[in-house]
Amino acid sequence: MSVVLDAARRRGRVPAALLIPAGLGLIFLVLPLAGLVVRAPWSTLPQRLTEPGALTALRLSVQTATLATVLCLLLGVPLAWLLARVEFPGRRLVRALVTVPLVLPPVVGGVALLLVFGRRGLLGGWLDATFGITLPFTTAGVVLAESFVAMPFLVIAVEGALRAADHRYEEAAATLGAGRWTTFTHVTLPLVAPGLAAGAVLCWARALGEFGATITFAGNYPGRTQTMPLAVYLALETDLESAIVLSLVLLIVSVGILAALRDRWITGP
Amino acid sequence: MSGRRLRTALAAVVAAAGLAVSGCAPDEAPQAAADGRVTGTVTVFAAASLTESFTRIGRDFEAANPGSTVTLNFAGSSALANQINQGAPADVFASAAPAPMTTVTEAGNADGTPSSFARNQLVIAVSRGNPKGVTGLADLTRPGVKVALCTDQVPCGAAARTALDAAGVALTPVTLEQDVKGALAKVKLGEVDAALVYRTDARAATAEVTGVEFPESARAVNDYPIVALKEAPNPAGARAFVAYVRSAPAQAVLAGAGFQAP
Amino acid sequence: MTTPLLDARLVVDRDAFRLDVPLRVAPGEVVALLGPNGAGKTTALRALAGLQPLTAGHVTLDGVDLDRPASRGWIPTERRPIGVVFQDYLLFPHLSALDNVAFGPRRHGVDRRAARATARDWLGRVGLTGQAHRRPRQLSGGQAQRVALARALAVEPALLLLDEPLAALDARTRLDTRAELHRHLSAHPGATVLVTHDPLDALALADRLVIVEDGRVVQEGDGPSVTARPRTDYVARLVGLNLYRGRAEGHGVRVAPELSLTVADRLDGEAFVAFRPTAVALHPSRPDGSPRNTWAGTVAGVQRHGDNVRVQVDGPIGVAADVTPAAAAQLRLIPGQRVWVAVKATETHAYPATG
Repeated sequence: MSVVLDAARRRGRVPAALLIPAGLGLIFLVLPLAGLVVRAPWSTLPQRLTEPGALTALRLSVQTATLATVLCLLLGVPLAWLLARVEFPGRRLVRALVTVPLVLPPVVGGVALLLVFGRRGLLGGWLDATFGITLPFTTAGVVLAESFVAMPFLVIAVEGALRAADHRYEEAAATLGAGRWTTFTHVTLPLVAPGLAAGAVLCWARALGEFGATITFAGNYPGRTQTMPLAVYLALETDLESAIVLSLVLLIVSVGILAALRDRWITGP
Repeated sequence: MSGRRLRTALAAVVAAAGLAVSGCAPDEAPQAAADGRVTGTVTVFAAASLTESFTRIGRDFEAANPGSTVTLNFAGSSALANQINQGAPADVFASAAPAPMTTVTEAGNADGTPSSFARNQLVIAVSRGNPKGVTGLADLTRPGVKVALCTDQVPCGAAARTALDAAGVALTPVTLEQDVKGALAKVKLGEVDAALVYRTDARAATAEVTGVEFPESARAVNDYPIVALKEAPNPAGARAFVAYVRSAPAQAVLAGAGFQAP
Repeated sequence: MTTPLLDARLVVDRDAFRLDVPLRVAPGEVVALLGPNGAGKTTALRALAGLQPLTAGHVTLDGVDLDRPASRGWIPTERRPIGVVFQDYLLFPHLSALDNVAFGPRRHGVDRRAARATARDWLGRVGLTGQAHRRPRQLSGGQAQRVALARALAVEPALLLLDEPLAALDARTRLDTRAELHRHLSAHPGATVLVTHDPLDALALADRLVIVEDGRVVQEGDGPSVTARPRTDYVARLVGLNLYRGRAEGHGVRVAPELSLTVADRLDGEAFVAFRPTAVALHPSRPDGSPRNTWAGTVAGVQRHGDNVRVQVDGPIGVAADVTPAAAAQLRLIPGQRVWVAVKATETHAYPATG
């Protein structure tokens, strides 16, 4: 109830000078999607959807994007904490480095990953010789490529949330006998939960749409490394309508999941 | 929204999807001068495997026709065919295989009948010096030999499939690359031991890879068709460029790159 | 004083500022650090809590060095037997009132069930049994203050620290909460240090006041002695007295080159003279006859003060006078007007400035 009133009050304060470009921006973002919907071959849709290739690629996409998000959470949250809370020399440089994958063309990211984790890479040769692990052309490689490209989104979101959070709550926890780790898990993380969820969702969405780094580092093989964006791109080679259908599926699944998550997680304080 | 505008919008989406589109909207008025020489811009959509030779041929064409400019757009043949069918303003389409050309002619976008201007054959690209001692397709199935192929949807992949079938070799590649350059790059980076690529591609990368010829490649020879396009902004230029590609100087450039004559 | 539970000398250097405050607190004693903003009170509290390391000095609690830079002794905040009530409470917004209070016992190794039982007990003691499952944002200011107090006390701290415990409350809530807080602080067996800039809070809650100005202790003692004998302008203003320092000879104290005040007390040497604003009379012309302490001045300001009117008068010494509204109207007091000031010797209080 109060939400509705708040929204109405807020809208009342928005000047037309903002409203018009905002509307144009929305149209610019949504119109191409409308194009996809308009051009979709609705009559043959069911049969195209049930083609095994499409579902395989979709499942692989969702699985790898989710695994990549988990990996990003495990590594990215501590990294964000380090950047937000610990003064150390070169912190600005580290923060800049963390955001590099944002500006790097993903294809270059893929090549860079090959140069490190590839057969002749800095670590890849050692991994292969020591543990028998090879990453290129494997599903793990897809997860790695997606994580590389998506992690900055998580780190930036979580670092921002950590900076915005009142660190005196952590002092309060300390006065109650909480050590640093307990404080982190019981106070800091819950405090930044909304930012964390937003970061994870962004990270997942970016991983789901990842193309360049994946095809470069992990290659393209159906069922193993061919994710939805790769399937879309290759379908474009022969069959535009197939590409449109695959894109629509990706669109619907991602919008559905993001909307569901938004309701469950990103509401609250 | 009219169909035409929608198609243009879609073409823009396709282009934005990561295809290498060089400037393809020249506004200069296309002209055929009174003496029959060509002026204005000629926009050529050419298969990725033609990158080196068509860049050279384009320069030669400009030299032969002062006042003309050749704008080249290289990408996978199928992607180019899609762009053309979505209304991309091209004058000439040079495909690496008949199939993408067929989609253009069937859509009624060709001006006349496509003609073949070159043929290409597959070779096995291996790291320079051939460390794994690959001599034929059968060697690619040895354990420990990683192979990259093009995906079946693009001409080099279709050709590879034909050659492998002809040789009776059942091969499981580690990756199906989206184009021949991608497959070649994996060899250059050492991530795979071998890839089936066009002879011309292997020849263009002799610094890093060695091309191993194999007999079954004769069964999968690729025809390169070229055609002027119906909606060409510069029809005279289009026809002149197609004729030039079939002329002796251009054929010499193609032969130098490793193509066979049609 | 019995053996102090807390024995500290808090020295903290920060930029140009130096805090140097000795502090001893007996078991069950409540000490208020009282001082203006920026005096270093909160820094002192943070040093006691271990949120601000000492530059020098020591914090010793029950014979254990919590911080002693000279011998590198240091016990981190989470291992100090303390409880802190922060100025804006800092209740964890993601936890219910109950879980906020149970947080401390849990961290001290109590299992979940027992910690919740303890928390429920403490919420009962502060009268919030019915609010146990509310989130902090669903609590009123007074309720949040009491949850914060329960949270700090639930770990049974040897040293209880309160930073401006009532400052965030409105005037009405403040009265009730102050009385209740006094009850809990009196019941606390450990040492209690509270920081405030409000003399009423300090007087109502503390057994002893430590007045801190600019990082130093300027006065120390129980409520009556501090209010009766202020030693700085700050304290005098706090307790509403006119205060002057001068040189005493018998019944005269020279507080300005041209003004000596006659006082009831007899003493010699450096001395303070204090008197209430209500002891000051204002006259339109030089009063006839009696009072010895009269001088001419200029009205500098007039404002309402409770039922009276407080008049600031400049002169050889600045003085605050409280007069009735009727008198103020009769005198037509406006800034810049000349008036005569008179103070009866029997209304003054003089005491030595040293010791």
